[in-house]
Amino acid sequence: MVFHDPTIAAVMHDTVQNSLLGPWGPFLMFSALKVVMAIGILLPMIAYSVMLERRVSAAIQDRVGPNRVGPFGLLQPMADGLKSILKEDFTPLHVRKAYFILAPALSVIPAFLTIAVIPFGSKLGNQSMVIADLNVGILYTFSVVSLGVYGIVIAGYASNSKYPFFGGVRASAQMISYEIAMGMAAVPVFMLVGELNLGKVIEYQANGAWLIFKQPIAFVIFLVSAFAETNRLPFDMPESETELVSGYNTEYSSMKFALFFMGEYAAMISVSALMVVLFFGGWTLPFFGLNETASTFGGGLIHILVFLAKVAVFMGLFIWIRWMLPRFRYDQLMDLGWKTFLPLALANIIITATILWIQHL
Amino acid sequence: MAPEIKDLEVKDAAGRTLDGIESAEVQGQEEMMGEKLILNMGPSHPSTHGVLRIILELDGEIITKASPDVGYLHRGDEKIAENMTYNQFVPYTDRLDYLAPLANNVAYALAVEKLMGIDKQLPERGQYIRVICCELARISAHLLGLGAFAMDVGALTVFLHTFTEREKIYNLCESLTGARFTTSFTRIGGIARDLPDGWVDQCRKFLEEVEFNFDETETLLTRNRIFVDRTQGVGILPRDIAIDYGITGPNLRGSGVEHDLRKSNPYLVYPELDFEVPVGTKGDSYDRYLVRMEEMRQSAKIIRQCLDKLPGGPVSIDDGKTVLPPKDKVLSSMEELIHQFMLVTQGVNVPSGEVYFGAENPKGELGFYIHSIGGGTPNRMKIRAPSFVNLSVLPYLLKGEMMSDVVAILGSIDFVMGESDR
Repeated sequence: MVFHDPTIAAVMHDTVQNSLLGPWGPFLMFSALKVVMAIGILLPMIAYSVMLERRVSAAIQDRVGPNRVGPFGLLQPMADGLKSILKEDFTPLHVRKAYFILAPALSVIPAFLTIAVIPFGSKLGNQSMVIADLNVGILYTFSVVSLGVYGIVIAGYASNSKYPFFGGVRASAQMISYEIAMGMAAVPVFMLVGELNLGKVIEYQANGAWLIFKQPIAFVIFLVSAFAETNRLPFDMPESETELVSGYNTEYSSMKFALFFMGEYAAMISVSALMVVLFFGGWTLPFFGLNETASTFGGGLIHILVFLAKVAVFMGLFIWIRWMLPRFRYDQLMDLGWKTFLPLALANIIITATILWIQHL
Repeated sequence: MAPEIKDLEVKDAAGRTLDGIESAEVQGQEEMMGEKLILNMGPSHPSTHGVLRIILELDGEIITKASPDVGYLHRGDEKIAENMTYNQFVPYTDRLDYLAPLANNVAYALAVEKLMGIDKQLPERGQYIRVICCELARISAHLLGLGAFAMDVGALTVFLHTFTEREKIYNLCESLTGARFTTSFTRIGGIARDLPDGWVDQCRKFLEEVEFNFDETETLLTRNRIFVDRTQGVGILPRDIAIDYGITGPNLRGSGVEHDLRKSNPYLVYPELDFEVPVGTKGDSYDRYLVRMEEMRQSAKIIRQCLDKLPGGPVSIDDGKTVLPPKDKVLSSMEELIHQFMLVTQGVNVPSGEVYFGAENPKGELGFYIHSIGGGTPNRMKIRAPSFVNLSVLPYLLKGEMMSDVVAILGSIDFVMGESDR
């Protein structure tokens, strides 16, 4: 894959175009390649964020954490994965089987789908580093992210057991209240940018300041909603292990449980990526000329690394918060969503609109 | 879809069935508001601290009725006591409130000594060491109680931080008694052995470290907005209700009643020590948390004073009929040999009569009622377990609260099932 050599890329381009698939060939081939690449990066990221979580929590709690498998315990994720697959996949008799099997898949897939519209780098060769350069990127993201809750709700319903049921009900209520606040928080961003395409949001930030400096309130609301969206402490109502045992995943075992687990981390990664794109300039950095679209292969790689590093910072934040704070109560969480964040987000929209209007007078 | 409600026929001690189930059905028909959910919580549930079982009747997330079901850990300790000598029962007291075995040992020994009329004759040094033991146990129990409380409301890290400190207390226990957990340290008429060399310094060092840990825990919780929201105004136990139910210990003081047996009915050398009894104002979970936090600081203060004042001399009564004589004398002198033989085979000879003694334990008033008809074994024994009494208020506290508050309230009540079920 030597994309930086224009002749080879051109030859490949021609070969594919002439032989296999006709004029759509290059698009299909490079898209497939990007999908494989994104998933290939995302899966290990999930595995290692679990690892990171375990090590960071251990550090916070004055423990050691997993350090036995491989050097520094780095092979622990493999061991975990293997264990999940080899464990007995027990399906209790009282469950609704079809939904019971469907639920874990439903919680993983949306988290993966979100990645499709997120620009995770500038350019490698002549390919821009986004799987689907949608003009309605953010709308797509929100609609897909909100699908994630179905996995949890259906798991709670299909388990046909009381604690998971509570988890499912809580999840749906929580999602509704935070989805709206999250969407509203993002509106001012797009009012400033004037486009819904996430690539354009990054472009806007590269030409000016990062949007965190222009829309701090929006960022705070978005960040807190992101915690609620991904069911992380202090908003892990659907799971809340000390009251609902394990909430929606109580009846799950083996790989089905692991899928929920992966879904949670995948959602964390995609929400982090979204925050990086919306508020922290995506793959850009305001020095060393990294604001410009990469012209070389190496520059493109650096942009991807910058993006991943920013995402990693947010993952660290997610983990840190989780181990420091207690959990909200169900009604307090709803109060916070409806009575605090929603009015705040609406006010933010109005203020932004007013400022824009004055500027355009 | 839902499991049959009728399967859940629960009978209390008097053989009555849980009338809540029936009334829920009747109400559902009358109001046409749908049925209530009966949720079984425990005996194996992550936050029922052992084997407490609570049957909750829920209307949505609101609790309309809660019935605690205790007894899963019943071992018949009171009956067992009738079949052994007084000293043999000491290890059983370890297993009452197993988070503060040292304090249980002391309370039990004091009860027996009171019955024998020798509780005032204990050597000063022995009394001071007993006080140190009690207060160490209080710190240990409260550390775990607060850690578990924090964990119940979701702050997992606090638990491990307090647990680190408890580990140090266990190290102190180990060098003092030879056991980390089941200490069995007291004997009728004294304690098993004197402080080992260097223990006082170790203890001082520990106190400094643990006070740093208190500060750390407070930064994590006391002004943490989420924690305050979760606990303030939750599980309010009014002063008169607390007294009516016979609540004791930090839970009673959290409700604003300044009652502490160490002050009101002093034993050992507590009158000579300077400490304060913290009380709450509202009686909610947050007040109970604050009271425990302050009690630990006061305990540390008490231990410091004891370490400073610690006199020399023996630790046990010098009476061969009550306390085992030194081994070298047993092997060389006739009288001590006979004492040793009689004590080991017959036990301490306790005069006939009855006694009640209550000590201020970490969880509340741990009382021993002993009825003796003379001889080496008690005729009857009744243990007043503070956890059991404190749990009795649960139906009152839980009613009308939310599902998530159950764990916050249970955590703030801070009970131990080993003691409750005996």
